[in-house]
Amino acid sequence: MKAFTYERARTPAEAAAGAAGNAGAKFIAGGTNLLDLMKLEIETPTHLIDVNGLALDKIEATPDGGLRIGALVRNTDLAADTRIRRDYALLSRALLAGASGQLRNRATTAGNLLQRTRCPYFYDTDQPCNKRLPGSGCAAIGGYSRPHAIVGVSDACIAAHPSDMAVAMRALDATIETVRPDGSTRRIAIGEFYRLPGKTPHVENVLVRGELITAVTLPPPPGGTHVYTKVRDRASYAFALVAVGAIVQRDGTGRVALGGVAPQPWRVEAADAELANGAAAATRRLLADAKTTRDNAFKATLVQRALDAALAQARSAS
Amino acid sequence: MKFDQPATTNPIDRLAVVGHPVDRIDGPLKTTGTAPYAYERHDVAPNQAYGYVIGAAIAKGRIASIDTSAAKRAPGVLAIVTAANAGKLGKGKRNTAPLIGGPAIAHYHQAVALVVAETFEQARAAAKLVRVDYVRAGGAYDLAAAQSSAVKPKEEKPDTAVGDFAGAFAAAPVRIDATYTTPDQSHAMMEPHASIAAWDGDKLTLWTSNQMIDWGRGDLAATLGIPKDNVRIVSSYVGGGFGGKLFVRADALLAALGARAAGRPVKVALTRPLMFNNTTHRPATIQRIRIGADRDGRIVAIGHESWSGDLPGGGPEVAVQQTRLLYGGANRMTAMRLATLDLPEGNAMRAPGEAPGLMALEIAVDEMAEKLGLDPVEFRIRNDTQVDPEKPSRPFSQRRFVECLRTGAERFGWSARKKPGQMRDGRWLVGLGVAAAFRNNLLTKSAARVRLDPQGVVTVETDMTDIGTGSYTIIAQTAAEMLGVPLANVVVRLGDSAFPVSCGSGGQWGANNATSGVYAACIKLREAIAAALGMSADAEFSGGHVSAGDRSVPLSQAAGEQGLVAEDAIEYGDLDKRFQQSTFGAHFVEVGVDAATGEVRVRRMLAVCAAGRILNPKSARSQVIGAMTMGVGAALMENLAVDVRRGFFVNHDLAGYEVPVHADIPHQEVVFLDETDPVSSPMKAKGVGELGICGVGAAVANAICNATGVRVRDYPITLDKLLAKLPAAV
Ligand SMILES: Cc1cc2nc3c(=O)[nH]c(=O)nc-3n(C[C@H](O)[C@H](O)[C@H](O)COP(=O)(O)OP(=O)(O)OC[C@H]3O[C@@H](n4cnc5c(N)ncnc54)[C@H](O)[C@@H]3O)c2cc1C
Ligand code: SF4
Repeated sequence: MKAFTYERARTPAEAAAGAAGNAGAKFIAGGTNLLDLMKLEIETPTHLIDVNGLALDKIEATPDGGLRIGALVRNTDLAADTRIRRDYALLSRALLAGASGQLRNRATTAGNLLQRTRCPYFYDTDQPCNKRLPGSGCAAIGGYSRPHAIVGVSDACIAAHPSDMAVAMRALDATIETVRPDGSTRRIAIGEFYRLPGKTPHVENVLVRGELITAVTLPPPPGGTHVYTKVRDRASYAFALVAVGAIVQRDGTGRVALGGVAPQPWRVEAADAELANGAAAATRRLLADAKTTRDNAFKATLVQRALDAALAQARSAS
Repeated sequence: MKFDQPATTNPIDRLAVVGHPVDRIDGPLKTTGTAPYAYERHDVAPNQAYGYVIGAAIAKGRIASIDTSAAKRAPGVLAIVTAANAGKLGKGKRNTAPLIGGPAIAHYHQAVALVVAETFEQARAAAKLVRVDYVRAGGAYDLAAAQSSAVKPKEEKPDTAVGDFAGAFAAAPVRIDATYTTPDQSHAMMEPHASIAAWDGDKLTLWTSNQMIDWGRGDLAATLGIPKDNVRIVSSYVGGGFGGKLFVRADALLAALGARAAGRPVKVALTRPLMFNNTTHRPATIQRIRIGADRDGRIVAIGHESWSGDLPGGGPEVAVQQTRLLYGGANRMTAMRLATLDLPEGNAMRAPGEAPGLMALEIAVDEMAEKLGLDPVEFRIRNDTQVDPEKPSRPFSQRRFVECLRTGAERFGWSARKKPGQMRDGRWLVGLGVAAAFRNNLLTKSAARVRLDPQGVVTVETDMTDIGTGSYTIIAQTAAEMLGVPLANVVVRLGDSAFPVSCGSGGQWGANNATSGVYAACIKLREAIAAALGMSADAEFSGGHVSAGDRSVPLSQAAGEQGLVAEDAIEYGDLDKRFQQSTFGAHFVEVGVDAATGEVRVRRMLAVCAAGRILNPKSARSQVIGAMTMGVGAALMENLAVDVRRGFFVNHDLAGYEVPVHADIPHQEVVFLDETDPVSSPMKAKGVGELGICGVGAAVANAICNATGVRVRDYPITLDKLLAKLPAAV
């Protein structure tokens, strides 16, 4: 870990301005991802701005009947909130499928959205990795790629986004609220938030330097039956090989987002339109331009089977 | 004490303390976090500095140059050790590759430098400033690709052959010929390798985490080129080893070198991401098994070949070992072949040989039973043997394998098992599986010293280690039994090379041999006590008193002012040549396989073990359930993913290398058959710590096949291997 300076921000605007003026600055929230990466010198901030003191830890109703979730609401608290459990069960279930109780107690809403990939080569500073060191190459392509993505990938990077929460947020059409260093705020639809790797896999989202996430808002409850299926190699405390987040209405229509298969929580509008026609039809759309490796080709089959099971579960529940 | 005749009745048979499920005497220290592990010995040497190990960034080649100038200038840095400035170093007998590399690099993450600084954080930060330039060389990293180049290893018995295997197999009416693979696996114990080294002139003391004190002492001395007597090793508590700490590793050597360079004590722990490639692992295997049987299900031919790889100078994974002994059959062959691989060093991990060997053999046996239309329990029973099948004049000392199978089948409800793919519970396809457990009982010399003090307290000293197994407790039980004192009056001190040399912990030989060494020392102490009191040698020791005739004296009185000390070792004659000594068991497993996703979850487990006298049913059970858990890991998830281009294990942390978590492990039941084996030792005990893992993997695999009808022969059985063959309908 490189030595760094540290400050505690008092207001969101102050945090954003502080970060903008310092190229080596980073926000730290729960620290459950950032600190690990700093120890390995995968992230090397020279200055940390602790945002835990910002009063962004509330879940409030919005005028349109949705919810605003403060950026610092802990994953545990978010999953346990009765409004979330009742109206956005998908989110609660996705959160509880992730990490461990201890980690969720620390992990924040914003930090979770911004957690970085679990590609093992990304974690090994002795290996080439375009995401960690732009231009150095991608060791995973042609190497061990079982956990990696199968859609949205590029020749530069095939890493998957590891978040469970973000899959639910994507299916729920969440919006991310931010404040920029100049004090201006903006709202970014989650569908517009992440960037595909292309030639620049180190750029993972549309945030500008110093832009602080202040909240995530949810539109009014979508209704329907919520199913979150996380498929993994062990029963708990493992990242998803494939995750399916589905919201299914009585008539069989609905929406679906996937985890574990793409560089971002994966949703395809055309697939939603096919949902009533069954898993095979929806999967064809979801994985239309899939590019698998020998190690991860199984994920294509797995998506369809997991979606099929999720839809069956939704049918039997409604 | 020479043990060369089967034991007769002795004081242990009273079973006043031995054989009882007493709590671990070190339990409170562990549960309160006050048992001092190696890295936490802040008390033993003042002014400790911190070392951080740098691992090689290539798998094979050499170091062109190392630039340490920036690191040297970094805050707090005291010294930087590399092969170039470490002085002349030897290599320990038990290390395959040098513990510090340079200029030649033997494997990925082989240590190339140690940065010593005032704090851990300073050492770690400075380590990143060391610039190493490498010249890569091509290497072999793919066992399957290297299989054809494998040769007969120098190991004492690579091949065995009895009768006419080829002819009998060709003529057998029912046959299988299948190939199985097991992957590289990591010990993944909780406590990393860690050491604190301090020099006093030319004498070195090392507080470390090590299973085999005397081996480590010899190898460390040989590496440093100093007399063995100048090295003291202390390893009082070990947070798991599983074979990964049988040998001194880079932490030990580099702590010693770092302390020498810095002129003060230095502590070094291997970081988790370094451990997987820097230290040893269980090597992958490719195994071909052929079994031929007559239509009644009697094996007429059995052949087992295994291929594994290792660095030059390394050895094979002895995966055919159990096939030489487990089932009858007149025509037999086994063979091991070893390929050169430039991956990190392969070596022992919990039940080396039998663990991966049974993972293959016990699937093959299940497949054979299926072909014969026989129940797999019945097929195994039919092929039991009471003699070494390669040398029928040699009986087993004890072999209650059939009873393990029968007892297990009864208790597990085996008769409810259906044909493959016919049991269902909602979305779960349910199946039952069975496999044999088998592990040899190894005998090695083990010494101890026992002291009686004027307060009547008995202190046992031996360099035996407790790697979380319960050694402290069973040794205390042994001494208490032998001297007729309550457990509370026994103090046990372990893991110090200043104490008599024990068998150490490994190969499940620790419990039986170490307690037998204590038994031997206690017999001597009893003689000394009786002599001091002028009593005959057959004096009775019980209730804190020594009695002979009508005289009974409190033990404390015998000690005199100075106390009495006795030291002895157990040494073995040829009983293990005359008798085959092994431990047996049967594992029963119920799994559920998610019909949609192929996820496998274990629902029930039972192990029935026949392993001689169980010295402490509580610690023995704890060993077996831990081993069963590890067996589930081997069956379902553990796999060091090899990058065959770059030559290393990619998933080198505990996020990437998955081992079972609590949610993976259901209720586990363990039954020990009530037995004693007087041929084994005066304790009449054997070991269970490795028996518990042997066969578990195959029992899980067989249960999966029973649930789904899908036979997977490549471990771990992850869902991707099932998915394509599962029925389409959910
Ligand atoms: C062992 C382990 C297992 C895990 N398993 C799972 C799993 O199964 N599923 C899953 O989804 N996750 C899993 N996680 C990841 C975990 O969910 C994330 O580490 C956590 O959500 C990150 O939140 P944090 O608040 O700790 O973020 P931090 O580590 O504090 O920050 C992460 C990133 O977000 C940035 N950041 C934080 N707050 C803001 C803000 N307000 N505005 C702008 N930028 C900000 C930081 O600068 C940093 O770049 C696991 C983590 C671990 C360590
Ligand atoms: S997949 Fe992406 S993160 Fe992984 S090595 Fe390649 S570039 Fe790096």
